[in-house]
Amino acid sequence: MNAISGDIIPAPPALAPAAQRPPLGPGTPSRQGHLLGPGLLLLYWAVLSATGWLDPRTLPAPWTAITTGVELVREGRLQANLAVSAARAASGLLVGGVAGVLLAFLSGLSLLGGYVIDGIVQLKRGIPILAIIPFMILWFGIGEPMKVAVIAVAAFFPIYIQTHSALRSIDLRYVELAETLGLSRPQFLRRIVIPGALPGFLLGLRFGATAAWLALVVVEQLNASSGIGYMVTLARNYAQTDVMLVGLVVYALLGFATDSAIRWAERRLLTWRRTLGR
Amino acid sequence: MSAAAVRIRDLKRTFTLKGVLNGVDLDIAPGEFVALLGRSGSGKSTLLRALAGIDHEAQGTGEIALPPRIAVIFQDARLLPWMRVLDNVTLGLPAGARGRAAQALEEVGLAGRERSWPHELSGGEQQRVALARALVREPALLLADEPFGALDALTRIQMHDLLRRLSERHKPAVLLVTHDIDEAIALADRIIMLDDGRIASDLRVADARGDLRATLLAQLGVG
Repeated sequence: MNAISGDIIPAPPALAPAAQRPPLGPGTPSRQGHLLGPGLLLLYWAVLSATGWLDPRTLPAPWTAITTGVELVREGRLQANLAVSAARAASGLLVGGVAGVLLAFLSGLSLLGGYVIDGIVQLKRGIPILAIIPFMILWFGIGEPMKVAVIAVAAFFPIYIQTHSALRSIDLRYVELAETLGLSRPQFLRRIVIPGALPGFLLGLRFGATAAWLALVVVEQLNASSGIGYMVTLARNYAQTDVMLVGLVVYALLGFATDSAIRWAERRLLTWRRTLGR
Repeated sequence: MSAAAVRIRDLKRTFTLKGVLNGVDLDIAPGEFVALLGRSGSGKSTLLRALAGIDHEAQGTGEIALPPRIAVIFQDARLLPWMRVLDNVTLGLPAGARGRAAQALEEVGLAGRERSWPHELSGGEQQRVALARALVREPALLLADEPFGALDALTRIQMHDLLRRLSERHKPAVLLVTHDIDEAIALADRIIMLDDGRIASDLRVADARGDLRATLLAQLGVG
């Protein structure tokens, strides 16, 4: 309070440290944050196994999976089966991917192609992959061609659908630009259509790779004498839960590795999308 | 005007929804800077799109004679986000054009930004890249559809100066569509007012007597 009479200037409010409002957003993400959930699950599993709450016949302990895995690698069974499985998935993905991209371009860039191809694809989309296996066996037999064909069909759909939708959503303003710059059709494809559709294709490739691994699991349990699926099926017959578990872990790692590889390629190919976070 | 750069005779355009031209006759001399004013819906963008050859959705009749080399600047810079600045400028040109393109970038004040991505530039800088992309084609006719409409007032004034200097140096015929009377007066040799798909008035800025701005505003039905 000011003692001088007649002073009508109010005292300024006392300076207080600016109260910082807690942000409404979730905050800055940590790079390793995604490991927390799987880590906790692993811990939970380990505790249950160590305390004997979890019967090893139901689910073996995590360390059993590791020792069995090491054992399988030493015997050479894991690598051999893994190589066979990876080759199957890769060839299926390649066939399905090439077909998906070709048909997506045919149907995305021409009206007639769209009417013919897209209609059929949308129709087929409703049929689950498992339902076509009997026909695949009828057409391709029970050997390797059938397995690759089923994987190719499974990988085809996401790749076709994402690429097609990326092609269809290319900005019309860029088409106008191409016309005013007098681009030829090959130049238009190379400079505008392909780079414009690339993000969609890569997204489809990620989904397609996952679909390929899923289809691989199914076909390798049907009729196979090699591959991770065969190894798991064989182990099931002898109630070797530890070997079954190793198979699951390998599938999980394969799926994760494929996805990481495609995301790496995405970052390399789509540098123009990266903004300030360099 | 003996050899016009642009000749338009009885141009008509109709759409199902928007924009109509009801018989436009217009000549633009080589090197002449023409501003096209009009209220929204008066058909000014329709006319420009007809000249640019990108009005596929329109039906119409009439004759258009244009020079072989035309460049278009849109309201948005319309740079391809997946190409670096220099590649955007040379888009569609033979490989030997890179030196000229770098020169054009220098002319618009963007020397050294050849390797930047479009998203790293400000709105005004992006529009300057679009200007360089147009210039490097050495157009005899430059079509500009409200090219500065999306820029802030200061940047717009800088762009006016730049466009005036560049058009004086390179001498293309220019058709600038705008709704900004001051922009038209500042830049153009000739101001054409479009109303209801017809040319309502055609003024040479140099010959204008009295308050040109007030005249134009009155024609637009304002003031």
